[in-house]
Amino acid sequence: MIGSFRQSMTWLHTWAGLLFVWIMYFMFVTGTLGYFDTEIDHWMEPELAALETTPRDERIATGLAYLQENAGNAERWFLSFALDREQPHLRVNWTIPAQEEGGDREFGSERLHSVTGEPLDEIARDTGGGQLLYRMHYLLHYLDRDIAYRFIVAAITLIMFIGMISGIIAHKKIFKDFFTFRPKKGQRSWLDMHNLLSVTSLPFLIMISYSGLLFVTTMWMPLIAVGSLGFDTEKASDLIGGFDIKVESAGEPTQMTDVIALIEAAEADWGEGSVHGFQVRQPNDANARILLSKEESFSRIPDTRVYDGVTGEYVQSLELPPSNALNVASVMIALHEGLFAGISLRWLYFLTGLLGTAMVGTGAIYWVSKRRKKYTAGNESFGFRFVEVLNVGTIIGLPIAVAAFFWANRLLPFGLENRGEWEAHVMFAVWGLCILYPMVRTVAVSWRELSWIAAFAYMALPVLNAITTDHGIFSSVNRGDWVMAGFDLTALATGVVFAVAALVMRRGRLAVTKPAVMSTAETAPST
Amino acid sequence: MASATDKVGRWHVASRVFAATIPAFVLTNTTGVLLALIWPGGQFPSIVTSMVSAFAIYTAIILWIFAVKRLRTVWWTMLGGILFTGGASALLLFMGVGQ
Repeated sequence: MIGSFRQSMTWLHTWAGLLFVWIMYFMFVTGTLGYFDTEIDHWMEPELAALETTPRDERIATGLAYLQENAGNAERWFLSFALDREQPHLRVNWTIPAQEEGGDREFGSERLHSVTGEPLDEIARDTGGGQLLYRMHYLLHYLDRDIAYRFIVAAITLIMFIGMISGIIAHKKIFKDFFTFRPKKGQRSWLDMHNLLSVTSLPFLIMISYSGLLFVTTMWMPLIAVGSLGFDTEKASDLIGGFDIKVESAGEPTQMTDVIALIEAAEADWGEGSVHGFQVRQPNDANARILLSKEESFSRIPDTRVYDGVTGEYVQSLELPPSNALNVASVMIALHEGLFAGISLRWLYFLTGLLGTAMVGTGAIYWVSKRRKKYTAGNESFGFRFVEVLNVGTIIGLPIAVAAFFWANRLLPFGLENRGEWEAHVMFAVWGLCILYPMVRTVAVSWRELSWIAAFAYMALPVLNAITTDHGIFSSVNRGDWVMAGFDLTALATGVVFAVAALVMRRGRLAVTKPAVMSTAETAPST
Repeated sequence: MASATDKVGRWHVASRVFAATIPAFVLTNTTGVLLALIWPGGQFPSIVTSMVSAFAIYTAIILWIFAVKRLRTVWWTMLGGILFTGGASALLLFMGVGQ
């Protein structure tokens, strides 16, 4: 489009990147935190045990008793009984059919105490928890779920993927650039840093954005399946939906079989501990079916066996035809979510996520520093000012807002209605204030001052925790609750990083927007 | 950068952005259908293969749209591409492939 292929790609990379940079940054920050979603949950719900240790059969009995009592007329139960990092509490879900013609199904979900069966939401404080933060990564907030996920986030993921590919092409010397870092050179240093961060985390970035797209492929590209089947929608839904069964109610109340015997029979083939939960279709009915799935980290579509819920007889297995592409997609999605990752790999995910976050941030800063020299102070164009203000207000402001989310969890009164929602309101209000801050205080000083605020906000979190709960860092360590202590320590370390950043900026070594540094002759290639 | 954009013209950029959204999406789908029909190895695996590659195809088309020098080339190729992949798919379906 402009000059050479490389120049065109640089143009595309610059503008596609800039337009959506802050929302990408938001997705990176919340997504990176999402790798520790259940750990954050635990910190935000100090009333709950990190992991309960009730025996399996007792947990199943507790869950079934709750479902029987509260959802006896449901058409579907789901009971997830295995307790692990991903699912530290007993969980039940149910669907109650529409009570009248044209009515809506009623969906229910509850986390239960594994011994007493008491809903945990009644024990713990009302909080959005790490789950809310993680869900913002793909649902944003204050928006319709479908619009946010299917359209906005999906489109931005596509733009990010385009940005990455065009960014790779924009490089003349990707290998040489990797070994190039010229510190204290203003604009050039930001480009070097952007390059270094991108190249280091490139495999992760490509994986994370393409697998992100695979989440929405069936929503965006259903026409490929439908079209290649000659627009036979029935056949298409048979092929894709062949994985499910339909169970109609017989209308005859019946006593159900013992599910534990079925789990043991399935685990005899699949291996001990390979069933993490089960589904019941038409519970308490003569047609009841019990579905057991084999838990597999790298497959979204696990082997599933269907049993007669009354006699306990094996009925059928559900599986999709084998496909290498489907395996690729499953593995990509598993890699995206990282649910299989143990603690050290989880940290690696977290750190790589931070590299990605920093890649986005340095790209935005580079855009400003490259254009800084065009303007004399006070004479900047509106667009330039806009980017400059949003950069500092988001790059430092969003982390402050996340800290505020944690502060709100400890400080909002327990009786507050929709307390969990208010945590998010506090977060977005603080982000808004951080965007106003540079307009009031000037951008140049805001980088340093907001960094100090971030340093304080994070370093004070362990103190706040120790004051407001009896789960302070020392008592957590005494109790062996390393998840709780780990959160406090990570907050402390985050605060230290922001303090160091603020100190470095004070010494003027890392000029983010200082015009003086940009006035030196630049030898950077025109991009 | 801004000067480069000015040189090309706003209308020019808008035209490519539009080409990269709806027409490129249509071309991705018609190419995907054709790929699913001609890919060897059974109906279900080839549909999944095509769908898993769909966003890579979409990305390649978009990059190409922003790389090509002449706007006219973009639009003629898009039109030709959609007609060719769509037509070939329709022909294959008519011949009974995919039934």
